[in-house]
Amino acid sequence: MKLFLAAACIAAFPAAALAEVVVSDPWARASILASRPGAAYLTLHSDADDRLLSATTPVADHVMIHTSETDADSVTRMIHLDALDLPAGQTVRFAPGGMHLMLMGLAGKLDESASFPLTLTFERAGAITVEIPVLGVAATGPEVEP
Amino acid sequence: MNTTSNSDGLRHIRRLLWAAVAGSALAFGGAALWRAFTPPDLPAPYVTGEAAIVNAYTLTDHAGRSVTPETYEGRWQLVFFGFTFCPDICPTTLAYMASVTDILGPQADRVAPIFVTVDPARDTVDVLAEYVAAFHPQLIGLTGTQAQVAEAAGNFRVWYERSEDATAPDGYLMAHSGYIYLMRPEGGFDSVYREGDQPPEALADEIFMRIERDERS
Repeated sequence: MKLFLAAACIAAFPAAALAEVVVSDPWARASILASRPGAAYLTLHSDADDRLLSATTPVADHVMIHTSETDADSVTRMIHLDALDLPAGQTVRFAPGGMHLMLMGLAGKLDESASFPLTLTFERAGAITVEIPVLGVAATGPEVEP
Repeated sequence: MNTTSNSDGLRHIRRLLWAAVAGSALAFGGAALWRAFTPPDLPAPYVTGEAAIVNAYTLTDHAGRSVTPETYEGRWQLVFFGFTFCPDICPTTLAYMASVTDILGPQADRVAPIFVTVDPARDTVDVLAEYVAAFHPQLIGLTGTQAQVAEAAGNFRVWYERSEDATAPDGYLMAHSGYIYLMRPEGGFDSVYREGDQPPEALADEIFMRIERDERS
């Protein structure tokens, strides 16, 4: 019975054995002024405990992991994270008003319908490069503007 | 003998002093306990019907004109304070205000969406002109001197701060409150909203209802 359950689990979750990070729904908002930072969003899911250590892209000098914190007085502060914990099996979503990747020192404006590569480096899963589509300035997520 | 009586006298004085110390300790301790266990006699909360938000400022719009709230009199005003270096909340909120303006359709002429920068050092007239145009042709950008912006924010009870961060562009980040203020056509405060609290259709509906109510009365 135990053997059967284990077999069923492996059959149902084949990725569990590989311990991988899945990056989904990446997007960035078109930037308005080239001299201002841009923001990129995505969803992370890891089968095993992992940490996002850094992000890099050829279109920006550096990328900062930011989380926004709004206190009881509705004052919003951006908090810079050195690394982001990815607990096993938990989905971590970057979205407007919450976490975002701040793209600083843009080489140029991020124009709508363009795209750029972004490499995420994880403690265990290593480097994963995803292509980030640029959506309009009014976009609030990848599901609104495909 | 003399020494004995002298030391007796000293002992007496010492006892008296210790008694005084004990007495005052008891008195202070008692007072502290009394204060701790007695409910403070504070005045009851005083609630007024009108929020202490005042629509008052002298600023410069993105076309370089000097403006005051009277410039927008006769129109409902949606006022949001932010800054152009803000990559997340500000564009999200301004895009939201743009959507509300679009949903209002023909009634949009009766509403002035206004963005006031809290970072006037970097958000000059020219920067604001390019920035607001990207969101909506009707969006108005306001800037001014540090003092003018501080006065405007103070009147709206908007809190903002500059925090030094060596890794940020120019070495600082701004923190700010993310409210959208709805001001009445005659300038008074009506209500306050946050971008994430309701879809743009809901806020547009609230403004529609107010416009209709004004027309009926």
